[in-house]
Amino acid sequence: MNLTLRIWRQSGPDQPGGLTAYQVTGISEEMSFLEMLDTLNEELILRGDQPVAFDHDCREGICGACGMVINGQAHGPERTTTCQLHMRHFSDGDTIDVEPWRSAAFPVVKDLVVDRSAFDRIIGSGGYITAPTGSAPDAHAVPVPKEAADLAFEHAECIGCGACVAACPNGSAMLFTAAKVVHLNVLPQGAPERRGRVRSMVAAMDAEGFGGCTNTGECATACPKGIGLNAIGTLNREFLRGGRR
Amino acid sequence: MALTTHPPRAPLWRSTVGKKAAMAVSGLVLLAYLVAHMLGNLKIFFGAGELNGYAAWLRTIGRPFLGHEWFLWMARTVLLAAVLVHGTAAYQLSRRDLAARPTGYRHTRARASYATRTMRWGGVILGLFIVWHILDLTTLTVNSRAEQGHPYQNVVASFHTWYSGWIYCLAMLALGLHIRHGFWSAAQTLGLNSQHGNPRRDRVLKLAANALALLLTAGFLSVPIAVMTGAVK
Ligand code: HEM
Ligand code: SF4
Ligand code: FES
Repeated sequence: MNLTLRIWRQSGPDQPGGLTAYQVTGISEEMSFLEMLDTLNEELILRGDQPVAFDHDCREGICGACGMVINGQAHGPERTTTCQLHMRHFSDGDTIDVEPWRSAAFPVVKDLVVDRSAFDRIIGSGGYITAPTGSAPDAHAVPVPKEAADLAFEHAECIGCGACVAACPNGSAMLFTAAKVVHLNVLPQGAPERRGRVRSMVAAMDAEGFGGCTNTGECATACPKGIGLNAIGTLNREFLRGGRR
Repeated sequence: MALTTHPPRAPLWRSTVGKKAAMAVSGLVLLAYLVAHMLGNLKIFFGAGELNGYAAWLRTIGRPFLGHEWFLWMARTVLLAAVLVHGTAAYQLSRRDLAARPTGYRHTRARASYATRTMRWGGVILGLFIVWHILDLTTLTVNSRAEQGHPYQNVVASFHTWYSGWIYCLAMLALGLHIRHGFWSAAQTLGLNSQHGNPRRDRVLKLAANALALLLTAGFLSVPIAVMTGAVK
């Protein structure tokens, strides 16, 4: 396949950026989107140009590093991560636009790389227990109902990729925060501090400059891990229920 | 030894989630009022005596405990407060939302429904409509040939102008769309829609939103249409 890529190039956080067009040739259908970008970068390096900066780590869909917006869709046309997106979903002669996540809370570092540490600060505000309670208990010392275990696991699947924020017209982090809240709050181990945890995480989320939720649903459509919109309903309920803990 | 724990609850209005909840509650108050208002309007089909008598009765609710029009003024106070809370929250949250997405993408593909995408402009239309509507049928400022205490004749006079009926029809369509997304959204915001693994509740809420939107729009629309077609004169 031969493709035209129009990629967002920006040399640094405060530098102006813009789309630059590149031709890539001989792309195989089996390549992942990132391997296709590797091919481009090898050529750029041989030509003495700056390679396109993009984040990646596991390349198997579990780390959440590889976010980019492809033709206006977070992680591209399939519901998966960019590293798991294969070139068979494109056709010879296509023009593909590649842009970084766009959110005030995710500033561009370089090219397609954004700073997602706002997510770390949300986790840091509530994804822990406030008092040391000794060493970890035995795995089965606290019985966990099957339903709660399944629910926690489904929401623990969130890899913090940020596609929800990138897809949301308000740049809202509600789906991410909701996934964490559901994951931690449905488990008996997380229950004693469930109200305080939600308060802290919502406050941290607001402080980072993410937008509010308008229940538009773009986040859940874009999420590669299938976190559902109802998680946000649970976050809202946990937040509004009040209580002092 | 006391260790650092989570901070105490801040005022609800200060967080995006709390502000949205205030918006949901005020919206539901307005919605409840609209259901009653729409049903009351239908009295126009039973004749001038029925509607005018009903309007006169509205002013006597609570007598003799309450004085003339006291109940009406209490209701007006609640409605005004609801509109102010709703509008202020919408304005503040919208400003925040727009600032959170400073740069757009090359491709804008609208995937959300029309009702979802028009909440902000639809809300503005409804706000303007409320002002027009009060000037038209409450204060009668823009309704020439209208007379206090005769709502039937005033409604007919209003819809006999070429523009008034169209203003009402446009506003009622905006209202239907606003409620279609708004009702379900309020349920989600208030956490009523959090039943995991129970898609039925979500479907019931969406169905209820559509039914409410349809009933209100059709009920409200029936009045201007009846006057414009001459069925009510
Ligand atoms: C075509 C549909 C409508 C008709 C024919 C209609 C008719 C009327 C009439 C005749 C009154 C005066 C009642 C009286 O003085 O006893 C009134 C009051 C009112 N209407 Fe409507 N209405 C319609 C739709 C709406 C909608 C959609 C809203 C809200 C967005 C609304 C909000 C109000 C309010 C807030 C008042 C009370 C104003 C006050 O007395 O302080 N109406 N309406
Ligand atoms: S909720 Fe989904 S889209 Fe958002 S960060 Fe987690 S995995 Fe990514
Ligand atoms: S590189 Fe880890 S999810 Fe894509």
